[in-house]
Amino acid sequence: MVIERVGSKVIKFYVPLAAYLIFLLFPFYWMVNTVFKSNTELYNLDLNPFYIHSPTLHNIVRLFTETIFLRWMANTFFVAIMATLISLVASLLAAYAIQRLQFKTSGPTGVAIFLGYLIPQTILFIPLAHIIFKLRLWDSLWALVLTYPTFLIPFCTWLLMGYFKSIPKEMEECAMIDGASRIKIFRRIILPLCLPGVLSAGIFCFTLSWNEYLYALAFISSTAKKTVPIGLVTELVRGDVYHWGALMAGALCASVPVALVYSFFVEHYVAGMTGALKE
Amino acid sequence: MDAIAASEQTREATGLRGRISRALENPTVLGLLFVAPAEFLLLIFLAYPLLLGLWLGFTDTIVGREGNFIGFENYAWLLEDPTFWLTCFNTFLYTLVAVIFKAVLGIGLAVILNRDFKGKGFMRAIVLLPWIIPTALSALCFWWLYDSTFSGISWFLMKLGIIDHFIDFLGDPWNARWSLIAANVWRGVPFFTIGLLAGLQTISPDLYEAAEIDGAGAWKKFRKITLPLLTPLLTIVTVFSTIWTFADFQLVWIITKGGPAGATHIFGTLSYQRAMQGGQFGEGAAISNLMLPILITCVFIAFVFMRKED
Repeated sequence: MVIERVGSKVIKFYVPLAAYLIFLLFPFYWMVNTVFKSNTELYNLDLNPFYIHSPTLHNIVRLFTETIFLRWMANTFFVAIMATLISLVASLLAAYAIQRLQFKTSGPTGVAIFLGYLIPQTILFIPLAHIIFKLRLWDSLWALVLTYPTFLIPFCTWLLMGYFKSIPKEMEECAMIDGASRIKIFRRIILPLCLPGVLSAGIFCFTLSWNEYLYALAFISSTAKKTVPIGLVTELVRGDVYHWGALMAGALCASVPVALVYSFFVEHYVAGMTGALKE
Repeated sequence: MDAIAASEQTREATGLRGRISRALENPTVLGLLFVAPAEFLLLIFLAYPLLLGLWLGFTDTIVGREGNFIGFENYAWLLEDPTFWLTCFNTFLYTLVAVIFKAVLGIGLAVILNRDFKGKGFMRAIVLLPWIIPTALSALCFWWLYDSTFSGISWFLMKLGIIDHFIDFLGDPWNARWSLIAANVWRGVPFFTIGLLAGLQTISPDLYEAAEIDGAGAWKKFRKITLPLLTPLLTIVTVFSTIWTFADFQLVWIITKGGPAGATHIFGTLSYQRAMQGGQFGEGAAISNLMLPILITCVFIAFVFMRKED
């Protein structure tokens, strides 16, 4: 009876869980597995490809010495931080205004900003390229800093609106009776209370900007200004020659910042994601 | 505190500063001021491009040069282009199959993770990884994983004796389509799982206990309790995922670039190729615009459901 029960739990629970884990983690395993192999090992079909026979750091050294990988990382970092800051300030103000100030058009404004979240970049990149060209921002990181907020602001505003809803109105009302101005209330009461929400929003902005691909591909052309994924493909795939080891090393290293941010704030991340869905 | 506030008020009541600070007490003035930065950015870089895109679709604009109005010529041209029809087919196949798989696998994993077990939090963190890691980078990994001579998948299946030669994942149109769908499913399952897990946690265990007393099995409990209660959230998650899958770009662009011979183009990649590589902004914009009917429908459904939830 007990054995039967344990057996049924294994089949109904642990086997599917293991299958999911293998499915979801296999590509990462393959990535790491490739990074630490030498080319001779990588292209030797007689060896078991799932195992590293003679680990080497050759690919990582090559990534850092033969490409301007650190420059691409710096570019990505710069764009992600700037876009995050701009979006946070804009969304924080907008979310507070829509949720708490209840001015005449606050309802429609909220709806319009929400709709902005559902417009994919695929539709916007061609006209945006046209605009960027006219603004003389072509091939400049500022083109990315200015365009990323278009998909960050709607999301953040939405997330923060939900957050403001959870802050009791009475606190503001009390402060108002005490004669504090609205600006003061926002700075002294609202801001400190919504810091966890701002943190969630900031993490999302940072990861979304770090992950962006299409705009960076479309608006940037010189190698020194590229972001990581675009730089990797242009520099490490030359015609028919694919430097798979170095490519995977690049993919691995560029994933580290996001993975770190994520691992520190995983609870905020999950809360933000589910909160945004429920709002 | 009160005295300080009072003296501040009397000092600021006069002059320009006083008038400004009084205006800022008006919720409408302050509200409009607060939404201005967000609205400004969204108008210039979201609303304006959206309209400009509609206009570009009716012009023969090429990169760096203003175009002339040419009516429906771009669209007429596209409707005669077999690549465009193949792109339509690919996009619908990609979206439909990938979303169905993501939903089914996502629900399954959510149900598993909803049980209590050791290391649940850790598992939940691991599960989100494909969603967190930049798609462009995991796409590179899939590209390598789908290599025709050095793929670990082929090697493994060969050793098992299931296949007798290495699979040409990306060289054959149908293999390439399924490979792309698999990569997309891999990336999208976590979104469904985490989104639905939040919904599962709100279902009261009493319902399941009552059903057990009535003699319901696991499948019946899932179908009669879990699924109906999860439907509203599932709809929203599905619509979101449909929009993103339908408008996907990076997975396809990195793994196949629309190849072999244009056989795996979806709307996003075809418009990129025509506009950015071919310089035909007008034609590229026309392709993008043809996505709008489907997207607007999805947005409408999402909107109606979110309103209902409120």
